[in-house]
Amino acid sequence: MDRRTFLNNLIQLSAAATAAGAVVSGFAEENKNKPLALRPPGALPEKDFIKTCIRCGLCVEACKNRENKMIVNGKEIDTLYLAAPGDSVPIGTPFFNPRTGPCFMCDDIPCMYACPTGALTPKECENNKGEVAIDYAKMGVAVIDPSSCIAFWGLQCTACYRACPEIDKAITIEWKQNKRTGKHAYRIPVVHEDYCTGCGMCEMACVTEKPAIKIFPREVFLGKVSNRYVKGWSKQDQQRVKNASTKTTTKTPWSKENPLQNLNQGVNWNE
Amino acid sequence: MSMNRRDFLKTTAAVAAASAAGIAIPEDAKAAADNTQADWHWDKAVCRFCGTGCGIMIATKGNKCVAVKGDPLNPVNRGINCIKGYFNAKIMYGADRLTQPLLRLNENGEFDKNAPFRPVSWKRAFDEMERQFKKYYNKYGPTSVGIFGSGQYTIEEGYVALKLVKAGWRSNNIDPNARHCMASAVVGFYQTFGIDEPAGCYDDIEITDTVITWGANMAEMHPILWSRVSDAKLNNPDKYYVVNLSTYRNRCSNLADMEIIFRPNTDLAIMNYIAREILHRGAVNWNFVKKYTVFATGFPDIGYGMRNPNSPYVTPKEKDTVEKQARKVITEEEAIALSPIGKWKAGDIMYMKHAKGKGPFKHWEITFEEFKKGVEPYTLDYVAKVAKGDKDESLESFKRKLKKLADLYCDPNRKIVSFWTMGFNQHVRGSWVNEQIYMIHLLLGKQAEPGNGAFSLTGQPSACGTAREVGTFAHRLPADLLVANPKHRKIAEKLWKIPHGTINPKVGYHFLKMMRELEAGNLKWVWAQVNNPWQNTANANHWLKAARTMDNFIVVSDCYPGVSARVADLVLPIGMIYEKWGAYGNAERRTQHWRQQVVAPGIAMPDLWTLTEFAKRFKLKEVWHEWKLPDGTVLPDVLEEAKAMGYSPEDTLFDVLFNREEYRKNFPWPDPIARDEGGRMHPNTEAEGDFRNVVGSDGKVFNGYGFFIQKAMWEEYRKFGIGRGHDLADFDTYQKVRGLRWPVVNGHETKWRFNVNYDPYARKYAKPGDKFAFYGHLLKAIPRGDLKGPKTHKKYPLPNKAKIFWRPFMVHPEDPKYDTKGYKYWLCTGRVLEHWHTGTMTMRVPELYRAMPEALLYMNPKDAKELGLERFDLVVIESRRGKVKARIETRGRNKPPRGLVMIPWFDEKILINKCTLDATCPLSKETDYKKAAVKIYKA
Repeated sequence: MDRRTFLNNLIQLSAAATAAGAVVSGFAEENKNKPLALRPPGALPEKDFIKTCIRCGLCVEACKNRENKMIVNGKEIDTLYLAAPGDSVPIGTPFFNPRTGPCFMCDDIPCMYACPTGALTPKECENNKGEVAIDYAKMGVAVIDPSSCIAFWGLQCTACYRACPEIDKAITIEWKQNKRTGKHAYRIPVVHEDYCTGCGMCEMACVTEKPAIKIFPREVFLGKVSNRYVKGWSKQDQQRVKNASTKTTTKTPWSKENPLQNLNQGVNWNE
Repeated sequence: MSMNRRDFLKTTAAVAAASAAGIAIPEDAKAAADNTQADWHWDKAVCRFCGTGCGIMIATKGNKCVAVKGDPLNPVNRGINCIKGYFNAKIMYGADRLTQPLLRLNENGEFDKNAPFRPVSWKRAFDEMERQFKKYYNKYGPTSVGIFGSGQYTIEEGYVALKLVKAGWRSNNIDPNARHCMASAVVGFYQTFGIDEPAGCYDDIEITDTVITWGANMAEMHPILWSRVSDAKLNNPDKYYVVNLSTYRNRCSNLADMEIIFRPNTDLAIMNYIAREILHRGAVNWNFVKKYTVFATGFPDIGYGMRNPNSPYVTPKEKDTVEKQARKVITEEEAIALSPIGKWKAGDIMYMKHAKGKGPFKHWEITFEEFKKGVEPYTLDYVAKVAKGDKDESLESFKRKLKKLADLYCDPNRKIVSFWTMGFNQHVRGSWVNEQIYMIHLLLGKQAEPGNGAFSLTGQPSACGTAREVGTFAHRLPADLLVANPKHRKIAEKLWKIPHGTINPKVGYHFLKMMRELEAGNLKWVWAQVNNPWQNTANANHWLKAARTMDNFIVVSDCYPGVSARVADLVLPIGMIYEKWGAYGNAERRTQHWRQQVVAPGIAMPDLWTLTEFAKRFKLKEVWHEWKLPDGTVLPDVLEEAKAMGYSPEDTLFDVLFNREEYRKNFPWPDPIARDEGGRMHPNTEAEGDFRNVVGSDGKVFNGYGFFIQKAMWEEYRKFGIGRGHDLADFDTYQKVRGLRWPVVNGHETKWRFNVNYDPYARKYAKPGDKFAFYGHLLKAIPRGDLKGPKTHKKYPLPNKAKIFWRPFMVHPEDPKYDTKGYKYWLCTGRVLEHWHTGTMTMRVPELYRAMPEALLYMNPKDAKELGLERFDLVVIESRRGKVKARIETRGRNKPPRGLVMIPWFDEKILINKCTLDATCPLSKETDYKKAAVKIYKA
């Protein structure tokens, strides 16, 4: 924890001390930089975001005031909220819960442009050519639990796929033969993180009791492969060679000593 | 919760009493009542939803269906389901289930059309229903009453409804919502084969190596069949080829090897192009064509099933479209399409001389040379230009695709199955496009054999089993018998043991006509069952207003409140699928039965019971006397003959039609077949009443009819089909099997009809050495002529032959290309996987509701940009007939080309049928829900 985060938490904790008992414990708990919060499009990496966001709520206002809101049964579906006690998100920071209010991916990204501090910035919402569009947002990534996703049982669902605004890119269908029935292919949704914006339409649409597809912050879920090996069968993947550093030296405990020292240790043998 | 025996008795009695009186029961008392019953128990059933006909197993606990699993033994789905099937256990338990009759009553307890609904007893409901019925029926006769039936009726319900209307009331005004969905397929079958329903079966999917979908979004509408197509493709990825033809990109395209986006209505032109290619490439299977087919055609000037343009009910705004019912200015592209039948040029007027009566149906035999002349103008250049549906696709690319499509059909080393659903059927030339797909398959000899055939998919779970096989249509009787045919009426009268001459020989009002006649004041009393007519009928504003403001009485039977119940005068609470015994028939002719699993909530009762109870209100002397119908037809007095048959004029229709001595004797209840494999004795509300002790239509507790009425109806019904190519097995057999595909002869089902290797009827009728016999009997004697008209009066019989029709392309009457009033977008309606029809059931399943809470208007992003619209902007969709508001989706599952918008119709809050055009195929009277011209602008 750096100094600023520390101070930040301290201030909030002392503020909370004046609030009612039940709230206080939750309040303290929530302010430990919970990494699971989903941020608006264009958010800086969580650590920097927390430092840069001044909790002004302008992004939430912009989200609320956008014109083209989804209205279900006369009720507008809100996306962004400022975290309040009980939300398990640092108090006052903007977040969304895809199950009840996913990001509807407005073309003009009003929330991002409303940000006065750069905590939300077009820089974090652009492709590798520098073009800014909501399609390049990286709010999170959808993750499927194959044990509760009924498509993995062979059922014909793919509700997440059909709900996906990046359909056929962020979620595609993979066909697999169903050996048990002998004639009904599995149609399984597959998430492609490079296109997934983390909007959460899939999580809202999922028909299981608790969603079998959920959005996680990318830094929480995604792994990272080394640039020293690329897929021989993928042109696109070979682009990663560009990022390969020429600082190629590796170190393991075995390579710590210089070779001369190593060799001069000699060898021992059993009598 | 522990409970002793005394508590148990007390609770059950209290619940029964409370629900009988329609009193709300506290939730925990209800739960206690449920839990004290037997433990959970599985039994086989069939999915409530689409025409695929998947088998399910239902777990019942207490009086609740608590869980569902796919039935691994069912050959259709082998244990899997789609997400509607997945939620079968939830559809009956929406919090707003209708549990008691509701009647519009004023402060004095009198019926008043403008009063609010109030709960009433069954007796009060039936009293009012009877009073209103007789008020109109006695004054205006049998044509003033009618029933909107359903392709979701159980077979037994449909049979009872049909019998009551046709044998009892002597009306033919019963028509199902299947009119909106399968009527064009039926006419296609009748015209081509003389018998209804597909030759093949689902096994074709695994046997074939080419699947062409023509206006069938199987990925969403028949997901289980689509998973079978997907599996077959994976089995043989290099050979198995899938083509998706549609007017917009749908979810079938992601599996398809080729997608063809065509302009609405031009499927007619594309199929003529394929026929021309078959001829030019020498791909005609002459052995097949000469032995088993003849060529035929009919008149082109048949109108579009719209109202008479001079009708006072056509509004000024509607007029220019409706004018085309009488006359149409021929366009340049039509002049070419019609060139084989005359020297048409752009600007000529075609008078719709054959729009009325039998005009659209008239057809005659032509020679092959004539047929060849007919398809000659449909060159690749012409058709590609006319049919290309995506402005952003190059003509060259589109031509390549059409050519590839022709390659696939013509390839002698390919088996090929063509599937279609509403894209063909809901079409102003729906019967023609059905005929045309058979044209292609028959020319190639790729029909009625394993892996080869044109296969009409069905929308509803029992559009085949009930609507079509039972014949709950204005013109039909069971097993392809027709009311207009005196011989057919006689067969029905004999089987029904009713006097000769009872059945009205005049075809009744089809579905849309019932609405039109309601507005015109000729239909006065109407009962909607297992469907939602005021949401599902095109041009809805007219019918909504007519129902609420005119002198008529509307009864709506439903399980949840919907649009139709809202316009009703009386609402009857109905027992849903697993709350009654029943059977459905799916698209591959598979008949599947289920047992009653649970008892309906409140005092809701099965549809069958409402029909039979209402039948008690009619004495023979009230219905079987002489009637003079408005068109001059006289229905004879049949009371004398009835007396000779042993009936008294004082007997009720219930006695004569549904409560006969032989039923009581032959089909006693309890019946051992009601005990399932697991040993549970299943309830039967109609036969024995149930623990609720519902106070029935006579004010007394209903204790059941005392016999197995569903079985009695089944066994009587199946007599219609035996020996007529529609043979069904006995009731008990179906309780043991996972469905059988008819005709079921000597205990064996039939997979491919008309083929001597599989169909006993084909063997019976075929000449020695022949491989096929298209033995259907209807429309099998026609005159001869050329493309322009018939030349003989004499009709020539065509035993065992199918007809290859030539039909020309013509543009849709509201094609935006020719619109001068600014309605520049095609509007196409349809469904989504998550919701069923009008959403009555699925919008009450929380998971399905959340997955798709609102209908969205799918639009091309370029169109949106041009209109200055952003995603989810609220827009007005306005046609000549009405307007609704919806939000646009430019990134959705459906990707329309520029100039076309698509919206599903499940959402009653976005009642898109206010905008749709009530034009129909003039033969089938099925509405074209896929095409109308609209304006779109920001709300």
